[in-house]
Amino acid sequence: MLLQDKLVQIVTNPQLSPKQKSNYLALEAEASLPYMPISTEVKAAMNDGIICDMFEGHAPFKPRYVLPDYARYLKQGSEYLELSPAQDLDEAINALTILYHHVPSVTNIPVYLGQLDEILMPFTEGMDAEVLYRKLKLFWIMLDRTLPDAFMHVNIGPTDNIVCRTLLRIDAELKQVAPNLTFMYDPAVTPDDLLLLATTNICHCSKPHIANYPLHASAFDERGFGIVSCYNALPLAGGANTLVRLNLKEVALKANSINDFFDTVLPNYCSLTFELIDARSAFLHHESHFFDSFLVKEQLIDESRFAPMFGIYGMAEAVNILQTLTASGEVTPAIHARYGHEMDANQLGYRISAALDAIVKSTPVAHGFHGRALLHSQGGISLDKNVTPGVRIPYGTEPNPIAHIQALAQHHQYYTAGISDILTIDETVKSNPQAMFQLCKAALELGFREFTANVASNDLMRVTGYMVKRSDIEAFKQCGSRLNTTGLAAEAAVNTGILQRQARVIAHEHSPCVVK
Amino acid sequence: MSLNKPAINKQAIVSQLLPFSCVDGPGSRLVLFLQGCNYQCKNCHNPHTIGLCDACGDCVATCPENALTLINLNNKHHIQWDSERCSQCDTCIAVCPKQASPKVSRYTVEEILTILHSQRHFINGITVSGGEASLQLPFILALFKGIKATESLSHLTCMLDTNGSLSLTGWHKLLPFLDGAMVDLKAWQQDTHRYITGRDNHAVFKSIQLLAQQQKMYEVRLLHIPSITDYEDEIDALATYLLLLGPDTRVKLNAFHHHGVVDDALNWPSCKQADIERLAATLAKRGVTNLVLPSIYL
Repeated sequence: MLLQDKLVQIVTNPQLSPKQKSNYLALEAEASLPYMPISTEVKAAMNDGIICDMFEGHAPFKPRYVLPDYARYLKQGSEYLELSPAQDLDEAINALTILYHHVPSVTNIPVYLGQLDEILMPFTEGMDAEVLYRKLKLFWIMLDRTLPDAFMHVNIGPTDNIVCRTLLRIDAELKQVAPNLTFMYDPAVTPDDLLLLATTNICHCSKPHIANYPLHASAFDERGFGIVSCYNALPLAGGANTLVRLNLKEVALKANSINDFFDTVLPNYCSLTFELIDARSAFLHHESHFFDSFLVKEQLIDESRFAPMFGIYGMAEAVNILQTLTASGEVTPAIHARYGHEMDANQLGYRISAALDAIVKSTPVAHGFHGRALLHSQGGISLDKNVTPGVRIPYGTEPNPIAHIQALAQHHQYYTAGISDILTIDETVKSNPQAMFQLCKAALELGFREFTANVASNDLMRVTGYMVKRSDIEAFKQCGSRLNTTGLAAEAAVNTGILQRQARVIAHEHSPCVVK
Repeated sequence: MSLNKPAINKQAIVSQLLPFSCVDGPGSRLVLFLQGCNYQCKNCHNPHTIGLCDACGDCVATCPENALTLINLNNKHHIQWDSERCSQCDTCIAVCPKQASPKVSRYTVEEILTILHSQRHFINGITVSGGEASLQLPFILALFKGIKATESLSHLTCMLDTNGSLSLTGWHKLLPFLDGAMVDLKAWQQDTHRYITGRDNHAVFKSIQLLAQQQKMYEVRLLHIPSITDYEDEIDALATYLLLLGPDTRVKLNAFHHHGVVDDALNWPSCKQADIERLAATLAKRGVTNLVLPSIYL
């Protein structure tokens, strides 16, 4: 299609708002520029669907994810924005609201809204609990209505404090798509009843998801980290300059034996991935002038704290493909799914994750966190067909929640920049939040970096990582959506079989007596 | 205390082991459904758990995946079930003349203890259900004793889900190792109970009374079938009785539905949300407050 025809289609689309049209027009404009210089090998791998630049654009002029140091901002005010330091909660919330409109990301909407309890607590001294509740509730409603993107992420915990508890109360009450919410859990700090409150919220609205605080904290430094967008863990006052992902399924298809995969094919495609990473970050850091921003001048971000994310997906398919390569004539093809179920398949998966970890930790990049990229188990995009996000077990073939967690826990140690495995739990858990609590606690104890659950009947559900309303998916086709992410989810539902994700506990036909 | 050899080798006939359930007692639980029941409830939602397989072999030829084989072990016939081949189409269950299933497994106490150990951090306890679990009391005794005697498992609660037909002698053996029980009170009047289950309910009342005295009556379950069960007709007597059990006993209202049901009971009306809510309201009006309603209706 000609560029002009595309533009006409966008501006005349009956389902997009003017703002959404502007965004799509900008994307088309950037896409009409020549791609930054890359080798023919990288170009071929991109054309073959082996390496993917996540449609970040041909000329990256902003980082993928930005995590400003909001605490510093509230303390010092901003010369550029002509704001003095915040003196009370109203000023703090107002100042945050202003800055959110100046924090770019791949979606044009900030993906990180801050460790809100920690940064707002200093302003709550002596405040009546109901007054705090009303102020935070209005703030929460404003976020959902003005920054309508489910990638936008708030962090709370691990300490027990009134802002944390009030936000959990508000989030369960409002059941909004935005903002997305991560609760940090630290067994040494977080009381059980606070984790129980958070897991009870999961039963009501599939939020928050629970991050393993000590595990993440030890992967970064004293300045800290944040969880943003879909379970990406990144340095605070920094972020991700780019995310390039490698399709392990396609890599496996190029191998003629398991040894060939580990010795030749995987290292080869990893080095092509690094080439694309370096090309993309070179443009951002050297050509775009992004780092001339006031965010850098006022030390809210620091160029040296931006790292490329080395994403992978299609682990399940890669393992199943590689295992057929070694099958001799006597082996009958398995009727049942192997990855996620059989010990040998899971072991091969861990070996692939360990190999990727070794490669990413030993490969220097021009613009990285301590000179390195960060490995990430990528949660999928709406165009993926017949390939499973990250290291997840394919939709519809997941084992029971405990076996599910046990099968995947060993992967989590390797994915510094985040990994998510969505557990679908049947809605009967709603009347038994203690069960969700126990599952969550055990998963984190076993080494999960993130615990994310989807309660099957909830209208709110996670797709590849962001929240959408189930009813919105149906409604979108008729009338469009106020939320930018629902369009993605509607595509994902058609392309990836997401609505078939198995609900367990009672849905399995052969479960005698579960409902008596 | 350690288990002696014979106890650890005790076997159960198991229709299913569910590693994670959130509807069979407090918190997250492993549930063991034992095969075989002494009731013949017309409304049974899992009639294939009632009988025990006698290896007649009728199911073998009907299996589309050839997952069933008739074998001879020590001069005794057995049906061998290949779970890898099985596609869970349940044809074998449909053709079984004994209300049984060839898809049962046998587990020793030791095997269950090993499984519990591997997932001890994920669960709050184990619930043994059925069929009618108490028919395999020696196994349950050995299992619960084993859990309480194993340091890494002793935090797990041991619950029994039962129709209440176990004798008082049986309960007294089990009580030292039991943390709580869920008991079905399928009807108030003797005649109604007999009509639905084929058995009278004297033993059920005795069991509930004993468990309540011992503070181990976790939950009484009422399966409401509009126009069949007599809870509404006997509401005053029922409410008075439930109140006597004390505030620690939950009263769980379950809604009859047609899933899994066979024969006559398919003509019975299924229980709607409004039916449950009406029953709950009439009980609440009479002071029964510890009510638990279904989270979903089929």
